[in-house]
Amino acid sequence: MIPIEHFLIVSASLFVIGVFGIFLNRKNVIIILMSIELILASVNINFVVFSSYLGDLVGQVFAMFILTVAAAEAAIGLAILVCFYRLRNSIFIEDANTMKG
Amino acid sequence: MIASYFFYFFAFTAILSSFLVIFANNPVHSVLWLIVTFFSVAGFFILVGAEFLALLLMIVYVGALAVLFLFVVMMLNINFVGLRAGVAQYLPFGILIGLVIFFELILAFVPWDFKQQSIDNLSSPISLSEANTVALGKVVYTDYFLLFQCAGIILLIAMIGSIVLTLRSRPDVKRQNVTQQIFRDPNSSIEVKDINPGEGI
Repeated sequence: MIPIEHFLIVSASLFVIGVFGIFLNRKNVIIILMSIELILASVNINFVVFSSYLGDLVGQVFAMFILTVAAAEAAIGLAILVCFYRLRNSIFIEDANTMKG
Repeated sequence: MIASYFFYFFAFTAILSSFLVIFANNPVHSVLWLIVTFFSVAGFFILVGAEFLALLLMIVYVGALAVLFLFVVMMLNINFVGLRAGVAQYLPFGILIGLVIFFELILAFVPWDFKQQSIDNLSSPISLSEANTVALGKVVYTDYFLLFQCAGIILLIAMIGSIVLTLRSRPDVKRQNVTQQIFRDPNSSIEVKDINPGEGI
């Protein structure tokens, strides 16, 4: 049996790569959305692995709900992206300055 | 033994392809590497015995989400040249943040052992005689039924929201209006003229 720490290291690496991707691709919204998907996948790995090693099924149920929310979030995010592209004709985040936030 | 070989293979592909997701020059390649990452994650799920979630991950992520990403990337006419500008500016800060988070998370790299108390208080223990899908269904449709319905509502709201966001009515395009067509009557749209021979209108 593979030790649980190895799974945790892979999951931590995926999480960090996701965060790193958000910082690195500050202009490209699509890559940022993909990085968020990577982060959610790493969290899912943690849930499922702990659920399996502890012998409790609830972690897998929770991972299923995370999957649902991730799908909804990506759909809405891409819809906003399409709207934004129609408005500004680009997907650079720097162009999203109407509200001066 | 075989399982551990597969684990290290999946771990290697997961980390490598997720690096390529954020470093690929073309967003289409990024989406394809994302698919490889999700395949590896599904491999992990199979290794720990969560077959249903592994297949769900493939259907939802690879079948729906990645295709959605591909559609958007290909539909929008994006200029890929300027997208990579400024990477060198953000790189040092990104590496710093990444390393800090990684070393915080690496504290988890200790031999894990579950407390007896938490083993005794499992709310829905995994039984080895039951298939993963059957067991998950028994839990989801009973204990977590309300949350399951809420998940459905979330998906419905997401669907309606994305339709509302992207739907636009263009005034310059002529469309078919069936009601108008049906309720057209001959008296208002046809005019009968009596024309003398050889004269024209």
